[in-house]
Amino acid sequence: MTTSEFDSFRPPEPARRRRPGGKRGTGRRNSGDGSREMPMVPEPEFTSYYGRPVVKPAPWGDDVAAYLFLGGVAAGSALLGLGGQLTRRPILRRNARLSALTAVSLGAVALVKDLGRPERFLNMLRTIKVTSPMSVGSWILSAFSAGAAVSAVAEIDRMSGARLPLGPLRTVLQAVEGPAGFEAAFFAGPLAAYTAVLLGDTATPTWNAAHEELPFVFVSSAALASAGLAMVTTPVHEAGPARKLAVLGVAGDVIAMRVMEHRMDPVAAEPLHQGKAGAMLKWSERLAAAGGLGTLLAGRNRAVAAASGLALLAASALTRFGVFEAGLASARDPRYTIEPQKNRLAARRAAGITGDSITTAG
Amino acid sequence: MGQLSGPTDPTADAHWEHSHPRKGFFTDTSICIGCKACEVACKEWNHNPQDGNLELLGSSYDNTGSLGASTWRHVAFIEQGQERITEARETGRALVNLGMPRIGPPAPAAPAATDLAEADTTPPDTADFRWLISSDVCKHCTHAGCLDVCPTGALFRTEFGTVVVQDDVCNGCGTCVAGCPFGVIERRSNGTVKVATSREEQHTEHPAVPNVGVAQKCTLCYDRLVADETPACAKACPTTSIKFGNHDDMVETARERVAGLHAQGLTEARLYGANELDGVGGTGSVFLLLDEPEVYGLPPDPRVPTADLPRMYRRAGMAVAGMVAAAAVAFLKGRA
Repeated sequence: MTTSEFDSFRPPEPARRRRPGGKRGTGRRNSGDGSREMPMVPEPEFTSYYGRPVVKPAPWGDDVAAYLFLGGVAAGSALLGLGGQLTRRPILRRNARLSALTAVSLGAVALVKDLGRPERFLNMLRTIKVTSPMSVGSWILSAFSAGAAVSAVAEIDRMSGARLPLGPLRTVLQAVEGPAGFEAAFFAGPLAAYTAVLLGDTATPTWNAAHEELPFVFVSSAALASAGLAMVTTPVHEAGPARKLAVLGVAGDVIAMRVMEHRMDPVAAEPLHQGKAGAMLKWSERLAAAGGLGTLLAGRNRAVAAASGLALLAASALTRFGVFEAGLASARDPRYTIEPQKNRLAARRAAGITGDSITTAG
Repeated sequence: MGQLSGPTDPTADAHWEHSHPRKGFFTDTSICIGCKACEVACKEWNHNPQDGNLELLGSSYDNTGSLGASTWRHVAFIEQGQERITEARETGRALVNLGMPRIGPPAPAAPAATDLAEADTTPPDTADFRWLISSDVCKHCTHAGCLDVCPTGALFRTEFGTVVVQDDVCNGCGTCVAGCPFGVIERRSNGTVKVATSREEQHTEHPAVPNVGVAQKCTLCYDRLVADETPACAKACPTTSIKFGNHDDMVETARERVAGLHAQGLTEARLYGANELDGVGGTGSVFLLLDEPEVYGLPPDPRVPTADLPRMYRRAGMAVAGMVAAAAVAFLKGRA
């Protein structure tokens, strides 16, 4: 074996094996015997370029997953707030409005924090672009926040015994409080659903394959989470609608999730069952079922209602983090990009459609 | 808003009134020698910072890894043995037999493009070993996933039909990164420009990394195009493996070249991105490959996600209706 003065520049041998966290090294197949022989044995089921990912995962941290959850809580809360407003349930209305503002504010902060250039967050409102779910969502979020803020500030003013320094604006606030509740509720549904379109409209295999049913999963998750929060914050005599919404949300969530997994490409659905994402989604379903059952059987007991509410909140958070993680995992492994694409290409060819392939003989 | 999928003229879709011809690359991987002059020229012209920490990746001569925020040309190296070559030849032949337009192999007559240069550039037809070398680049798709999902308008369609990021507008939301079916665009982070400890001294003089936190990708040298110059990579390519010109001419050249290779019995040759009926409406950068696209790290059947966006919005609308109905039911029954 020869040595040279440059040997110290070589990376240490053990480090050249597979490094799970390494940006470059992941998935590299290396015999590691030190010789320059690279066994280029093709993978049994699919070929890839040294096991490197084809698509890039979104550079989004847990902030974005947290926003998926908080946005859902805010959306459902605004609907509960409007319900409370219309059916004269002042405590439910107050709590739901405050929840909506708190959740949407925290969510917006999380979103801005996740930007590569947070100081440029206002560029989100530079244009309205229908082809960009992120642009549409930014406008939905802004419109929702306006209504949620006005109605929540009105509640805060009332709680503080009209001590906010509003001056003549107080009469204005009281006049627009009701319409603001309507406005927020109008944008609540879109706020809960657009995030599903945002994830679906990507090349990330698991998210894209789920685009048909993901909106249903997300609105159900939003409904059960906000209902759960209302059950925690609001006494049982006013929380009746929240309990019903919780049960409906759980039913929707469990069914939509099952249908989604069933209708997705089976390969692209795998990350939903594996690793961290799989564990989170499994527990999400269990907690949702537990929370739903608790609500259904003993929802009029304050303690049970609060415990069920917490279970539902946790279930929703786990759903969002699970789906989020599964997508990122699917982007990191080339298999989830290549295999479904090869399968669908082969299926089209078998069906006699040969004109739409990106690879052509001429 | 133009079309979301299918064949179209992207420049007209973007409402450019004067008609520049669409520009593009044709990367002929059969004559690439893996010199990486394109990578270097690209880095130099675009002032792209160092990517990674100069480690050896152990994947043939490829120590760049993949396209990314600071790597806009990436040369892939694949070593293949006899078995794999036979397979590639078979998949190529199957492609020809699909009833695509153009010839079946081997054609007796000489192909249309009969430069003297062509005979020289033909790779030796070794049966037991080959080295696939391909310079990858942004595809500048007809329907660009990154451009469609960009919320700020930072990504735009130029008058040349290419897709470019405006550094001063992008707020680094990262949606485009997930939106690209080819994994090209990336957000530049300040963490990756660290150098290996033993070489730290050597690189301490490096200037600060520009455009941190902003999405970055190949611009097809927009600044050179407006001055009627060839992009840096194509200019630097010593074998004309990277050709640059009007998109239509590039596709035509590519078709002639693949027909020529087929005529020589090299059925493994195939085009990638030349079909405007594919999932991204055809790409601005066309490639001639000698094996299946996934071997080079390219997706075998990419589809711009936005093609399904109208359907996604409809599904979301149904979900919203369901949520509002659920809330209404919850309150209506509660009242009684």
